Amino acid sequence: MAQVPVAEGIFTWPSDDPQLIASRCSACGMVMFPAQDSCARCASTEIEEHLLPRRGRLWAWTTQDFQPPSPPYAGATGKDFVPFAIGYVELPDEVKVEARLTESDPEKLVQAAEMELVVVPFGTDDDGNEVVTFAFRPVAT
Amino acid sequence: MDVAIIGVGLHPFGRFPGVSAIDMGAIAIRRALADAGVEWRDIEFAFGGSYEIDNPDAVVARLGLTGIPFTDVYNGCATAASALTLAANTIRLGDHRLGLAVGMDKHVPGAFKGDPQDYACPSWYGEVGHFTTTKFFGMKINKYMHDHGISHSTLAKVAAKGYRNGGLNPNAFRRKPLSEEEILGSPMLNYPLTQYMFCAPDEGAAAVVLCPAEDARRYTETPIYLRASTVRTRRLGAFEVHSPWLPIEETVGATVDASRAAYEMAGIGPQDVDVIQLQDTDAGAEVIHMAENGFCADGDQEALIADGATEIDGPLPVNTDGGLIANGEPIGASGLRQIHEIVLQLRGQAGDRQVPGSPKVGYTQLYGAPGTAGVSILSV
Repeated sequence: MAQVPVAEGIFTWPSDDPQLIASRCSACGMVMFPAQDSCARCASTEIEEHLLPRRGRLWAWTTQDFQPPSPPYAGATGKDFVPFAIGYVELPDEVKVEARLTESDPEKLVQAAEMELVVVPFGTDDDGNEVVTFAFRPVAT
Repeated sequence: MDVAIIGVGLHPFGRFPGVSAIDMGAIAIRRALADAGVEWRDIEFAFGGSYEIDNPDAVVARLGLTGIPFTDVYNGCATAASALTLAANTIRLGDHRLGLAVGMDKHVPGAFKGDPQDYACPSWYGEVGHFTTTKFFGMKINKYMHDHGISHSTLAKVAAKGYRNGGLNPNAFRRKPLSEEEILGSPMLNYPLTQYMFCAPDEGAAAVVLCPAEDARRYTETPIYLRASTVRTRRLGAFEVHSPWLPIEETVGATVDASRAAYEMAGIGPQDVDVIQLQDTDAGAEVIHMAENGFCADGDQEALIADGATEIDGPLPVNTDGGLIANGEPIGASGLRQIHEIVLQLRGQAGDRQVPGSPKVGYTQLYGAPGTAGVSILSV
């Protein structure tokens, strides 16, 4: 079964060390994810591609215990829905990125814990391909 | 020029099968007109707010096609604040002397749906399950509890107060008191927020009639003055709904900006406020908004709520009509429901839920996606 990313242009794939693909403003240095073609701070349209570091610290988090409304949610539904956690990971001096977390037990999620980017299975598309998305996992200590 | 509110009207909030949003709007308007002692044909202009109804102005089909300028507005959860602000400013401009703001909505049960692209987010953001507002509220209060020492029990106390106050309000959606144990024991939706800590989208309508302050005594012996009404959107660095990313730099949210501007406009400070309406989309939002609107320092909520400070007979009465938790949120009407409650409180007409001691100054705050806030300050 082939693996396809949930969308093109959001993380480098296939890769053993996937990185999120962001934008950096050439004028003011602002870093934004996902990539966009103008700056949210200074409105410049001089934008360059910028790959983000893979490790950061958990800045805020919650769990998603109910199935989000579809559309737009395209994951497993009904009895196949699996609750997950979601959070912002602060990548030092770059940006905070909102992402799925691989750990969904509130007892095991720790504010400011070190987290690392991974690519995880998300679902199956109409052609039978495995859809993958980005997530952060706690770094084993 | 100062602006006065001379009439308020409400269609109850809840579920009303077979009653359209337009019909609820018409009922709210008729009640506001009767409260002000004026006729529909006297109204010179109107602003109407709704999420579900493209043209709230269609309500004229129920009231009379008088040809007035009737402008429809939608601004997320701050829709009603926008309708009120625009109506007040129309009077301040001197364009007209008697006008109306109305909000109406009729939502299907369940979490709000939407297209992420309409919020400047990519499609995948919704496909992977990030596009829910409730998740933002869960994250914001979870971080706030960690940073400022707020307990789960405090969240339950806030929700229990909402249902208890709703029980005193015949217009409320949820009027059955719930214990803190029942609230904490209901299904977890977005940690640490359980089902009974959230408000629900529902149905309802509210309307207010406004005029220049100098005209108010012609209509009523109890005018309530709109001392400030502000709307603000988020600045870069604020932690807001539907943000796939946030910058490293941090700043205060749209509520803080709207609040500071309102206090400055009114020449009134938080210490002068006697009765408060805050956006309690969830119990955590009420806790955070107490501080964001200047009523306490971050973290002081834990002791204040334990001491009953935000109860109807406390020093900081918050959401005396049950707030969003007991009334639900028909988006277009929600903020005018807040104004309706403050007007009743300042007139001394709030019945079983009347704040003691003749409150003189009231405050309302709205907040919603994608980072929009509205604040109003009213006084006798």
